[in-house]
Amino acid sequence: MKRRIPTLILLCAGALLASAPASARAPYPDDPLASPMWQAHATTIFGDDPVRFDPRVKVAFPEIAENQRSFPVALDARGIGPVKRMVIFADLNPIPIAIDYRPKAAEPYIATRIKLDQRTPVRGAVQLADGQWLVSGGWVDAAGGGCSAPPVSRVKGDWAQHLGEMRGEAWPAPGANGGGGVSRLRITFRHPMDTGFVANIPTYNIEAMEVRSASGAVLGDMDIWASVSEDPAITLMPQARAGETLTVEGRDSNGRDYIARVPVSQQSPMPLAAAR
Amino acid sequence: MILSRRTMIGGLLASMPVVAMAANAEYKIAPVAVADGVWMIHGDDAPILPTNGGAIANIAIIATPAGTVLVDSGPSLRYGRALKTVAEQVTGKPVIRVYVTHLHPDHGMGIAAFDPAIVAALPQTIGDMQRDGRGFADAMYRILGDWMRGTELLLPGRRIEQASEDFGGRTLRLLPLSGHSAADLALLDESTGTLIAGDLLFHDRAPSTPTADLAKWRQSLDALKAVPHHGAIPGHGPFDPSGGAAIAQTRDWIDWLEASLTEAVKSGLDMVEAGNIDIPPRFAGMAAARYELQRSVSHLYPGLEAALLPRVDIQDR
Repeated sequence: MKRRIPTLILLCAGALLASAPASARAPYPDDPLASPMWQAHATTIFGDDPVRFDPRVKVAFPEIAENQRSFPVALDARGIGPVKRMVIFADLNPIPIAIDYRPKAAEPYIATRIKLDQRTPVRGAVQLADGQWLVSGGWVDAAGGGCSAPPVSRVKGDWAQHLGEMRGEAWPAPGANGGGGVSRLRITFRHPMDTGFVANIPTYNIEAMEVRSASGAVLGDMDIWASVSEDPAITLMPQARAGETLTVEGRDSNGRDYIARVPVSQQSPMPLAAAR
Repeated sequence: MILSRRTMIGGLLASMPVVAMAANAEYKIAPVAVADGVWMIHGDDAPILPTNGGAIANIAIIATPAGTVLVDSGPSLRYGRALKTVAEQVTGKPVIRVYVTHLHPDHGMGIAAFDPAIVAALPQTIGDMQRDGRGFADAMYRILGDWMRGTELLLPGRRIEQASEDFGGRTLRLLPLSGHSAADLALLDESTGTLIAGDLLFHDRAPSTPTADLAKWRQSLDALKAVPHHGAIPGHGPFDPSGGAAIAQTRDWIDWLEASLTEAVKSGLDMVEAGNIDIPPRFAGMAAARYELQRSVSHLYPGLEAALLPRVDIQDR
């Protein structure tokens, strides 16, 4: 028991140190979620850019965290204006940021699944072309351990047999204003996405992905962290018409490359998707 | 002032009256007669919550000449003890057998209040409880806190390997099925024709799928339909006096669920969106429908994606 006291003092000192730089700069707006990590994450992610909480940024997730290793999150900033960055993060995860996405010729929409290590705010932050950040999100109650439990494929032992398998499909989608020329791309990878928090399994994750048009133009690219779930699944809305072929390229932290080609199907969106 | 760990905890409790009130809360157990010598305790048709102490599963009490038989035992030691008292008051006879229909903790953790020698389950259920019980217990303690106090994970001491069990002339037929989980026990009280279906049947309460195999579940529903019976006690939701409504409704939901999630994957929906699709009006009276749909998306969607989305990676570069 006695040995724990210095640790506690160190943690407290650490908290003071962490808050010191924040107090030196102009404060960020008060966090409606009252998260203990808001100021620290705001400093890291937003720096000197202006920040505002804005409900037009839609962060959607289920009402229950059924699986703390794989919690669906969708970040939708369509209809607000030109967006240059979109960040999904969970304040109390040991790896807070999940995805940092730059939609270049794509609707400002991204959906994926993340790990939750405990009850935490889950947020989306969207940077507009003028530099200001709009933030939204909510608390999610979750059982612990999403980042520190071994991936299913590590337990089964078959992760290497399936590493790099990619599945996907793309469909024409209505644009933000009902316009055409926008696709809905879904892409999945088989990858253990090791966080480094499981004994004797070092960090190993997909760390980058980009989507290109047939002519090679980058439609969107992103940084990906190990807090994205095992076997990542990502949904984007790049600008592409029916019949065009999208190229998806990824790279993991061991330098392994992943590449896939996904044609945008000729079918019109099915009723469920059209209702979105 | 020197803060010891104990005074800190005391201070926390003083500032959290809700938690303090939850301590020593009692379960309200009200058996309702559904057939001659058969009572049903209707669980809360809601998720497992601190407000219901996890008492969401239906329990059956059967009076036999040899003693009282229980089907399922609730979520906790406290529930199991209260259940034993109430059941013995209702029948006037001691509990001599407790069946566990399947591995889920809302049905089986109450066996902590009973002698394992009188608790019976299918062999696969016992193995699954051994494998998953610790994790279930952790989750139940996290959500329910004090309601779970003292509840230890026990395993049923009797493996069901016979087709029926006789209790002084009252015979219970034991139907080994599966689909809601890897092993689901249903029982038929032959003297009244009452079907006690465990979680193979949900009635006006959306079915849950954390361990489901939908194809096997359909087969089991067919098997239940083929068993002549009168009323049915579902695992969740009100008693079904017709005996057929709950079977039809459970089947309708899992058919709709699988078809809808398949269409969602084929339409390019992400999991969040799939959890927000419209639920048809015919399920409007079903409790916890959105909640269970979103849980089922979590359980079933990755498998459907792997089956339905084509491979697109390029191997030889």
